[in-house]
Amino acid sequence: MSEALRHAPRPDLAPRTVAILGNPNTGKTTLFNALTGLSQKVANYPGVTVERKAGKFALGGRSVELVDLPGTYSLAARSLDEAIAVDVLLGRMPGEAPIHAVVAVVDAGNLDRNLFLVSQLLELSLPLVLALNMMDGAARRGVRVDVDALSARLGVPVVPLRADRGEGIEALKAAIDRVLLAGEPAPSPGIAYPEALRSALERLAPSAARRMAWPELLRALVDVGGPAERRLAQLAGPFCAAQLVQARRQALADGPLAGLEAAARYAWVRAQLQGVVVRPEVPRRTMTERIDALLTHRVLGLIVLVLALGSLFQALYLGAAPLVAGIDWIFARLSDGVAAMVPYGPLQSLLLNGVLGGAGSVVAFLPQILILFLFLSLLEDCGYMARVAFLLDRLLSWTGVSGRAVIPLLSSFACAVPGVMAARTIENRRDRLATILVAPLMSCSARLPVYSLLIGAFVPATSLWGWLGMQGLFLLGAHLIGLLVALLVLVLTRRTVLRGEAAPFVLELPDYRWPSWLSIADRLLIRARAFLVRAGTVIVAVGVLVWALSYFPRPAAIHQGFEARRTTAGTMEAKAALDRAESAAYLEQSFLGRAGHLLEPAVRPLGWDWRIGVSVLASFPAREVVIATTGTILGLGSEEGASSHALQGAIAGARRPDGTALFTLPIAVSLIVFFALCCQCAATLAVIRRETGSWRWPMLTFGYMTVLAYLAAFGAYHLTTWVTA
Amino acid sequence: MSALAKVPIGSKCRVVAVSGADPIAQRLMEMGLVEGAELQVVKLAPLGDPMQITVLGYHLTLRKTEAARVQVVP
Repeated sequence: MSEALRHAPRPDLAPRTVAILGNPNTGKTTLFNALTGLSQKVANYPGVTVERKAGKFALGGRSVELVDLPGTYSLAARSLDEAIAVDVLLGRMPGEAPIHAVVAVVDAGNLDRNLFLVSQLLELSLPLVLALNMMDGAARRGVRVDVDALSARLGVPVVPLRADRGEGIEALKAAIDRVLLAGEPAPSPGIAYPEALRSALERLAPSAARRMAWPELLRALVDVGGPAERRLAQLAGPFCAAQLVQARRQALADGPLAGLEAAARYAWVRAQLQGVVVRPEVPRRTMTERIDALLTHRVLGLIVLVLALGSLFQALYLGAAPLVAGIDWIFARLSDGVAAMVPYGPLQSLLLNGVLGGAGSVVAFLPQILILFLFLSLLEDCGYMARVAFLLDRLLSWTGVSGRAVIPLLSSFACAVPGVMAARTIENRRDRLATILVAPLMSCSARLPVYSLLIGAFVPATSLWGWLGMQGLFLLGAHLIGLLVALLVLVLTRRTVLRGEAAPFVLELPDYRWPSWLSIADRLLIRARAFLVRAGTVIVAVGVLVWALSYFPRPAAIHQGFEARRTTAGTMEAKAALDRAESAAYLEQSFLGRAGHLLEPAVRPLGWDWRIGVSVLASFPAREVVIATTGTILGLGSEEGASSHALQGAIAGARRPDGTALFTLPIAVSLIVFFALCCQCAATLAVIRRETGSWRWPMLTFGYMTVLAYLAAFGAYHLTTWVTA
Repeated sequence: MSALAKVPIGSKCRVVAVSGADPIAQRLMEMGLVEGAELQVVKLAPLGDPMQITVLGYHLTLRKTEAARVQVVP
């Protein structure tokens, strides 16, 4: 035996990277969790908002990083998700390790469509394992798959699985280990493309093949002026782009190219499955079809949907209330503790009003976020979400977005923060951005105290025709105005900033199945952490900034003046009244107060004076802050709630220097309209930043909503003045 | 030959072609609506649009504007 053989190098045990990919609804996420356990990390791919999810597991003495690629039907790189999947697979993604093997997850009950994506994966020349998931569903339909024959046909290992029960996971790991050791790329599928396509591809191949994959080249051929063509020019250079034009001209002489590729792939799929998959003579009526007879029924289906959305809304609106109250209680105790430990002064005020106030408002959003995402994950995982889109698409399609937008918009009536986060379930980017842009117009629960205060103080508690309460009518109107404006803005944005052809609404209605609690809990944790860490820091920072603007400067003269008056004040009440007047005096000459004076000419057309202006400015972090600021500025203290008669009375009785009323019905209406349409909510803006990956969208949202709110408040003020005159 | 959008509920038909080469046409073809594919129209949504079909043994929903581009024969 030669020296070299005796010291044969041990198999290379360097860490390896494996990608997992598959159609949506194939149980890919469940399989990913089963392989990696709870070791996963979530981040964003650089520069885009597509999440990169990866986890590690040990395999035959080495560490394997499993990268979860977005669920996709094709590798044609048309959508952002597809483009990222191809970039990662081909090692074109900056900062991403090269992929050593691919796990393709397919639904055993629906190989006819799932193998389309596999045909594209096989053309990438990477080691590949086929994970034949949901074997139980296939069996229930009477579909039998000859696993060995399929493996022989495709030339890759095929592992039958039930990822939801953990069955087949060890076999899959063993198969991954084998292909990693061998390191041999999967054999080419040898799809019989028509001559026109083949010759066109051969013309492109020399200049592009190293940088682009077969499926991308095929798509670029038919995608005249589209994203696939732009990518080709970008990745393979101008020479290749010129070749593309030539190749098209040559191929077009033989007839239209579009459709040739898909037809060739599906013909290949049929040939591979011939004799490998056996289906029952008469298709069985599946459980899914029986459930759909009810859930997508034209009458009963709508009733079930209204009940489902109604209970979601109730849970968001009412279910979260006790939890939020609990959180508020904890923060109140914390504030008491800080107030007791830190002496009165700037530091105490910073901690109480800046830091704890900000952090408290962040944590208070958590119950609603968790409740909404629990619902969303359940609906998505059991397969009902696609039905919601099916049932309601027509309601929104005229505005330019799809039925998928219904749930984010509805949730925003409770709170725009989880609503904006829910928009991530909308696949199409333009639809998603348009939905995010209008979600804050839905009247959220934070506007309710503002409405209650102003309506309680200025709208008489009379009724129309004896039963229609005037105050209730105003409250309804405040909610409707946001909805109406949102629909108009949707129509407008889809024709201006987010113009583009309508997203196709071509959606699979997957089989119903039981959701996996582990994967739901996992997603809830990821969402909660992302919100607390990424959005929470921004919210607290804004809170501290606004606190500083309303606290500084603090000239000693004010304090000395009030100190002198306090010594002569007799009763405790008189002293307390002086304390409140001192707070009001400080606020008036703070940076924020000065800004209010400066801005007075701008807000006078709305009927406001500088004090209302300051309250509105101070409510930038959160709308409901306007109540505490109004209380302070009217010398009433910041602790009065919206339903407080003292505050309502003070507002109704407040006077301007010239003796006229500070607030009147037209001014109240103008404020209500302003708060219905403005985006005075740092949390919403921070979450929009987080979900869209840039400051552009939150700035646009804040800008357009503020302009709209201003104009509408102006109109409402003058209209109400004219009507009541 | 007629457009899929006009096929009555419950009827079966076969795809002849999908018109166009834009992303919508590409997506329809990727989802299995290629020449020779057999379809059945299952139902319409309560508001009359979109429609639900079965193709390749799975359920797919698409708007009538998209279904209008799919040419079928009985």
